[in-house]
Amino acid sequence: MSVLVYTEHTEGKFKKSAYEAVSYAKAVADLIGTSVTAVTIGTVAPADLATLGNYGATKVLHVSSEQFAQFINQAYASVIAAAATHVDANVVIIANTFSGKGLAPRVAAKLEAALADGAVELPQFEGDKLNIKKTAFSGKAFAITELTAPKKVIALNLNAFEVRESGGSAAVEEFKPEVPAGDFTAVIKDIIRITDKVPLPDAEIVVSAGRGLKGPENWAMIEELADVLGAATACSKPVSDAGWRPHSEHVGQTGIAVSPNLYIAIGISGAIQHLAGVSSSKTIVVINKDPEAPFFKVADYGIVGDAFEVVPKLTAAIKAYKGN
Amino acid sequence: MNILVCISNVPDTTSKITFSSDHTSPNTNGIQYIINPYDEIALAKAIDLTEGTDGKVVVINVGEAATEATIRKALAIGAHQAVRVDAVPRDAWFVAHQIAMYAKNNPFDIILTGRESIEYNGTQVAAYVGELLGIPSVSIAKRIDIEGDRAIVEREIEGGKEVLSIPLPLVVGAAEGVAEPRIPNMRGIMSARTKPLEVIQPTAVPELSHIVKYESPEPRGSVTLVSADDVEQLVDLLHNNARVI
Ligand SMILES: Cc1cc2nc3c(=O)[nH]c(=O)nc-3n(C[C@H](O)[C@H](O)[C@H](O)COP(=O)(O)OP(=O)(O)OC[C@H]3O[C@@H](n4cnc5c(N)ncnc54)[C@H](O)[C@@H]3O)c2cc1C
Repeated sequence: MSVLVYTEHTEGKFKKSAYEAVSYAKAVADLIGTSVTAVTIGTVAPADLATLGNYGATKVLHVSSEQFAQFINQAYASVIAAAATHVDANVVIIANTFSGKGLAPRVAAKLEAALADGAVELPQFEGDKLNIKKTAFSGKAFAITELTAPKKVIALNLNAFEVRESGGSAAVEEFKPEVPAGDFTAVIKDIIRITDKVPLPDAEIVVSAGRGLKGPENWAMIEELADVLGAATACSKPVSDAGWRPHSEHVGQTGIAVSPNLYIAIGISGAIQHLAGVSSSKTIVVINKDPEAPFFKVADYGIVGDAFEVVPKLTAAIKAYKGN
Repeated sequence: MNILVCISNVPDTTSKITFSSDHTSPNTNGIQYIINPYDEIALAKAIDLTEGTDGKVVVINVGEAATEATIRKALAIGAHQAVRVDAVPRDAWFVAHQIAMYAKNNPFDIILTGRESIEYNGTQVAAYVGELLGIPSVSIAKRIDIEGDRAIVEREIEGGKEVLSIPLPLVVGAAEGVAEPRIPNMRGIMSARTKPLEVIQPTAVPELSHIVKYESPEPRGSVTLVSADDVEQLVDLLHNNARVI
């Protein structure tokens, strides 16, 4: 019995979601009195691998073979399942990133494990079973799910569990799993990275704007506010439908679900479909000129006013605060 | 080219989600059901790819008889035929088995799903079906093009995108950008009534998990309003009270 956590990285660097996953795996392992092994696929510097110990991993299985240099969903799933078998894991943790979402069901199927996707809390064990809370109805509800199969895969939502540092260092071990050649039929042709912006799914602060902004030419002030906060930008559906902003910024029930620490909604009315994707944000600020806008009902802080006046003032005030 | 499109029947996006008094099941009274919005994108893509060819679009739904209205709508939008696996769609694992079983017996070049259903948000079915059939899958695609016997699929990654070339057959979960959803026209609605809708029996699948209870999100406290002329107060609240900046 043990806990395995898959630690995703981008070009050799772990992201916060990987540290969250390891911290979560450690907390799960503590509940059942076992230890955590991390599995990392692709090139990462040994020193960086060892730092996973700081978040609770005892051991890191590193798959560095050139064959696995790029993320091929099928092959990576085979590696994770092989690692789970190798360390006799009964719980496997995967961060619910875009890639993680494609991996978790494949890993679960290979292990004949029960899968909880979108987990937002630690599980509760009852003998061989566990109960876990996951998001459902696009953020309009939670479902407490009982996983009864002997093996379990948990896909942990981003920003749902805090990073916990314990100061340890992990032993790194090379892992050479056998993976069927048929797993490598997909070929990556291109990767396009937008490096000058904070990615939306794992952002801690999101500045979002809606149709109240009137047109794409008015987004400069939104980007400036996002800039001073180190935030990602987002938008409502009609804004991306109209082509004012890219689809990748659309949040809500039919867009990306986000749960940042701070969500600032500017000129967005707060339709039920929009709220569904943002309601698990820890703090919500609404700026809208209409005091009756439904968004105020779910906001923590609000300013009734014209975005074109309030936003530049807010940006200046935050700049002044950060300057101190 | 033949395409299988997996359709789920979900509460309309405007639905307020409430539960039975013991919180073990969602209330269905007064809820309108629709084709899952992402599945509509998948369906539109399938029609775009086969229009003007002899390729066929088959929609499959795992559901009880009540979902037939949703299936007929998919036929009205342009699918050629439909299959309903007569069972409660217990969970993604169960549904994926039914789809994989059907696709094993009736091979397709592409199997399309929506990226997730708006009720359980699992993003599971595409990858499960791929795994069960031993073929590649992309769970969240923003673009799909066919070039000969390969699919060129663009998928989202945190902070960017990735372009893959994958041999057919494959399973893809469609997200926004893949196609514009289509609205059924009068001819489509008329012809949908006579298009074939086959009802098949489910295969047994061992249960691995089940939902024991639903919870609604904690209601937030009431909003603290700050004057538009005193944004400094907001900065102070965000720093000292909410501690988020
Ligand atoms: C199937 C379906 C799925 C959907 N999914 C989503 C989804 O995932 N995400 C989503 O966002 N929407 C979704 N919608 C759309 C949703 O119903 C709303 O139409 C949409 O969220 C409204 O966007 P908005 O708030 O930007 O625009 P509006 O509703 O037009 O609101 C604009 C707001 O700006 C305010 N405003 C105007 N001028 C100013 C100013 N100068 N300063 C300050 N405030 C100003 C107005 O008071 C108003 O509240 C969906 C709809 C359907 C039917």
